[in-house]
Amino acid sequence: MTDTTLTESSHVAPKPDGMKGFVNDWSSDQRAFKNVSWGKAMMWIFLLSDTFIFSCFLLSYMKVRMSTTVPWPHSSEVFALSFGGEPIPLILIAIMTFILISSSGTMAMAVMFGYKKDRRTTAILMLVTALFGASFVGMQVFEWTKLIVEEGVRPWGNPMGAAQFGSTFFMITGFHGFHVSIGVIFLLIVARKVWRGDYDRETRGFFTSRKGNYESVEVMGLYWHFVDLVWVFIFAFFYLW
Amino acid sequence: MAQAGDTAHVEGQQHPIGIYFKVWGLLFVLSAGSYAVDYYHVESYLRWSLILLFMMLKAGFIVAYFMHMRWERLALIYAIILPPVLVLIFMGLMTFEADYTFFTRDLFFSMGK
Repeated sequence: MTDTTLTESSHVAPKPDGMKGFVNDWSSDQRAFKNVSWGKAMMWIFLLSDTFIFSCFLLSYMKVRMSTTVPWPHSSEVFALSFGGEPIPLILIAIMTFILISSSGTMAMAVMFGYKKDRRTTAILMLVTALFGASFVGMQVFEWTKLIVEEGVRPWGNPMGAAQFGSTFFMITGFHGFHVSIGVIFLLIVARKVWRGDYDRETRGFFTSRKGNYESVEVMGLYWHFVDLVWVFIFAFFYLW
Repeated sequence: MAQAGDTAHVEGQQHPIGIYFKVWGLLFVLSAGSYAVDYYHVESYLRWSLILLFMMLKAGFIVAYFMHMRWERLALIYAIILPPVLVLIFMGLMTFEADYTFFTRDLFFSMGK
């Protein structure tokens, strides 16, 4: 059946790879992203714009930190935490990092089981991911509370050094924490759809009224991995500097 | 069949689960590495080259394997990866600017004394 409608396709060579494929795709006077759906392409482009936002935050933080004449608070000591004994430097941040990486791992596997149409495993893995994400936000709340109440850090100043420490810290981690929170909500929504079998029955979404499929899980995964990706840079530039 | 390529697309990104476990483990090791750099007080240039190396490796593995960028076509890879590279140039410019600002501030404050 399809062969009759695609009579031209017998002439069409398979899409070349490498540099030639790149030039062909972009100059084809059609869609540039050949085997990527619009939803996935748009998620990538959204993530690119989000990269710019986070880059601007990190850049301005970097510049402020390098150009201040007042000493910058020691992040290793500020974020230390003691469990009864000696304070362990950055321990909470390290735990948060491992939690976020683990959530990325469970998300990647949820995408895989989604394409295998294993509804139960996909939904459970997504719920585990959401749980990891929620605990990450919880730890961030704990960290902020400790910083504000015990250390007296404010966006306009702090007792340990450069005044910009507070403003950049709250701005960057706050924006990241907001992304994680939205991600958790997004995860719960998609997990519910997987659980109900919306993607098997191709139920139309209430927002876009388009037929859903398991690619939504992958698109969701892209967003979640991006949140993890941003944390990699925040961890290196803010906490380890 | 002419449809073969399209069917592969509908099936989506399918890779053996082992890859995810390996990358997951690797990310754990790299994170532990960058934490160890701080914990054992590695200083100066070694500290920064290690932190940046672990950072770039982690980011690379997440994008390449978890986000499946490795298996995408070059058209998408370049569209997404090239713009952040330009941001790196912006970053370099700001680093020079910061030194200059610091120098002016330092001069200004020392003249006030």
